[in-house]
Amino acid sequence: MPDGAAQMPIAVTVNGRVYAAPVEPRQTLADFLRDECGLTGTHLGCEHGVCGACTVLLDGAAVRSCLVFAVQTDGAEVTTIEGIAGPDGELSAVQSAFRDCHGLQCGFCTPGFVMSVTAFLHDRADPTDDEIRVALSGTLCRCTGYQGIVAAVHQAAGAPHGEESR
Amino acid sequence: MTDASPLTAARYVGTRVHRVEDARLLTGHGTYVDDVSLPGMLHACFVRSPYARAAIRGIDTAAALAAPGVHFVFTAADLNPAMLEQWHTSIGAASPETPRPPLAEGEVRFAGDPVALVVADSRYLAEDAAELVDVDYDPRPAVVDYTTAEHNDALVHEAHGSNVVAALNGLPASALESVFAASAHVVRETIHQQAYAPVPMEGRGLVVDWSRPTGELTIYAATQSPHEVRLFCSRLLGVPEHRIRVITRDTGGGFGQKVLVQRDEMCVMLAAPKVGAPLKWVEDRRENLLAAGKSRHEHADVTMAFDADGAIQAAHIDFVSDCGAYPTPWPVGPAAAVGMLFPGPYRVPRAGFATKTIYTNTVGRTAYRGPWQFETLAREMLLDIAARRMGVDPVELRRRNLLRREELPYANPNGMTYDSISPTETFEQALAMLDYDAFREEQARARANGRYLGVGVSNYVEPSTPGYGFYGTEAATIRIEPSGAVNVYIAGGSTGNSIETTVVQLTADALGVNIDDVHTIQGDTAVTSFGAGAAGSRSGSMTAGAVRETSAILRARIAAIAAHRFEAAVDDIEIAESRAFVRGSPAIGISLGELAALAYFEPSALPPGVAAGLEASARYTAAAPIIWVNATHVCTCEVDVTTGLVTLLRYIVSEDCGPMINPNVVEGQIAGGVAQGIGGALYEHLAYDADGNPVTTTFMDYLLPTACEVPRIEYGHIETASPGPGGYKGVGEGGAIGAPPCVVNAVADALSPLGVTITRLPLTPSAVVALLEQAEKIETS
Repeated sequence: MPDGAAQMPIAVTVNGRVYAAPVEPRQTLADFLRDECGLTGTHLGCEHGVCGACTVLLDGAAVRSCLVFAVQTDGAEVTTIEGIAGPDGELSAVQSAFRDCHGLQCGFCTPGFVMSVTAFLHDRADPTDDEIRVALSGTLCRCTGYQGIVAAVHQAAGAPHGEESR
Repeated sequence: MTDASPLTAARYVGTRVHRVEDARLLTGHGTYVDDVSLPGMLHACFVRSPYARAAIRGIDTAAALAAPGVHFVFTAADLNPAMLEQWHTSIGAASPETPRPPLAEGEVRFAGDPVALVVADSRYLAEDAAELVDVDYDPRPAVVDYTTAEHNDALVHEAHGSNVVAALNGLPASALESVFAASAHVVRETIHQQAYAPVPMEGRGLVVDWSRPTGELTIYAATQSPHEVRLFCSRLLGVPEHRIRVITRDTGGGFGQKVLVQRDEMCVMLAAPKVGAPLKWVEDRRENLLAAGKSRHEHADVTMAFDADGAIQAAHIDFVSDCGAYPTPWPVGPAAAVGMLFPGPYRVPRAGFATKTIYTNTVGRTAYRGPWQFETLAREMLLDIAARRMGVDPVELRRRNLLRREELPYANPNGMTYDSISPTETFEQALAMLDYDAFREEQARARANGRYLGVGVSNYVEPSTPGYGFYGTEAATIRIEPSGAVNVYIAGGSTGNSIETTVVQLTADALGVNIDDVHTIQGDTAVTSFGAGAAGSRSGSMTAGAVRETSAILRARIAAIAAHRFEAAVDDIEIAESRAFVRGSPAIGISLGELAALAYFEPSALPPGVAAGLEASARYTAAAPIIWVNATHVCTCEVDVTTGLVTLLRYIVSEDCGPMINPNVVEGQIAGGVAQGIGGALYEHLAYDADGNPVTTTFMDYLLPTACEVPRIEYGHIETASPGPGGYKGVGEGGAIGAPPCVVNAVADALSPLGVTITRLPLTPSAVVALLEQAEKIETS
């Protein structure tokens, strides 16, 4: 950080661990997670709140970490993609479903999808296909055509797949 | 050479095995270039031109240099003299390339042109300082409209003397005039495709780490071709290749945009030795949409002649493409491919083409998934227009002209000889999956109720796996480690094409080992042999060849060692499930681990003449100059004639990519391409205003399809073996080739009762409404 830049001390619990650091007020939560916490699983795809790749859970709610300043999260609990698998590394139901359904290819957008789907399924137990698509429409993927992603949400929700793909 | 026989019975090839990439990517433990952080690393940010065309009178960097945390502000005078050579290996040094000054020198040629490079402690501080760089611009009239650029007095590249990059022609239209004159139907249209772009979710980027004491350069790059980055950088800086190491663990999509090094990356490479610390540049979305390149943006006058029965008599395309200011690569070859491939998978007895490539003061043209796909767009749109004018169903017109298996090999009039394809089969399969006749009935019922449904079809035949020059070979090194674990080294690198999984499947089958015993190491030039990278839908077929060649060497050695140990004939040794055993006596065998321990640690136990260790490298040379792939796309849509909204209902792809190594990967590649094609047909437009100002530099303006716009995709598969290893073909690009005309034709079909003819993309709601209003005006007048 440059000399003289106003900094504010914050303490944020990320994936159960407290990170305390002085930060510039303008630093985004995404950059705080990536640069200060070393949690590079949160990806930046647009930095203007459209692509959803940087989605994390802030006190349980899915937010775009490029649109939140780190200072706003002082005292909050943040969950990132690194905090989704079990302590022994076991994939969550959402992560497993993405793997089973070929829901990722280059993987860059994937953390955002996993986080937003995790929050969505927490709020909505038995979603319809239309509800799933609307829920996914805030996150952009350029590789998969969303085929495996939609299927993964169905699987993770425990809902029937709809028609099989062949 | 034809070899469709695997070395062992396939256990894994052809199955939907889980991807090996997923464990890291699903948990946030991938390593994309922006995830690389080195001690003392500095951050770069470009100052970019706000003007499409302007002279640079001067650059004042003093305020920026005085800003907090700023170490350097480079301009062209600092970086450009260090550039030795700038040419791409696949194109060659002799190509009449566009000059590419790393930073703009004297003149800026598009809005986004890099003018200065700020290096600071953080990206934040670099961006702050970039604002303080004072560039004195003298704006000039810009060449924006490529359709009139040829006659514009302003020149994008003064030294070139013309805004025409080059013209490259086949048989001229005049040579076909007599055929056109004698044909029952001649259909002509001008078809336009807008500019759109690959738009990978991760932008471009690299970290360059220059070690002054050793003269070594380590580059972490977002690239589809680590070895090309190394070759290019070696020539650019004059640093010998063996002192450059390029590492690409994960790349967040490329789709053609990350095949070749562009000017921005050149600047970072040139700056690194001057900075004396690791230097990172990762572009943001605005830069990606401003400066990473555009694709498509082209039009053509297309003509087809038919006899009274609808049989094609001749076809001609007069193609013009916008290449921007700094096309990468030289755009003349891809333009010629449009002309040569225009006849497509049809019986076209005579054909010709003319192509012209044009410079403008816009961002440079770059490769994008099926760079020649305009041939399919123009042909398939024209066939639909022709069918309507001739009063024939578009499907029936295609059926009469599609190539049949017994006609293969078939040389199109431009000299492209297709073989090992199945256009009629994919066509009929896709139509059967839809139940075409039932849809026509549904459509009629809907129309009676004032609803406009449509069905679109497109066919293409695509050249994959270029088997010549830079792309003509691929190598693999396989190490069966002393434990029996297998490491396979391939140039590769994960860019979303699942090549790690593919290579593991191929190797497990080729060696006869359990898939859990195979691991792959890719994307590091220090430990992998040269490979051209992910381009031209080549990775599957070429790595299959490389794995086959290398595995054959190891299998022979394993068999020799086992035969010696069991006093059996070499030919009687089988290798399966990570064991070598005597055929018919599976109890007489040895695990690969035990055998590897012998090979490494007991050289005296090896048969005479057999090398110790279990490691081999081999390079596969492509079996054919091109591996042809074909597919048929069929989709249905509903058009709201009040709002102009197009909703896709069903989307069907029947393709022939030969045997599938992993059906999930095949379908994933198709689906991704289709979604990109849907985006191009309906939503995406990398637009400029009349002065050359880019107007779509955010995702609020440049509209990518979301999960709501891409329907479920249904897949059909026809399998014709290619002449390549395993009979495999490439499948990376086709989705983006077939989808745009398929979607456009569906919309055109829906609106055909209203007198609408579609010749221009994208079909945004406002464009559809405008077409409807225009048709109404013609009707009422």
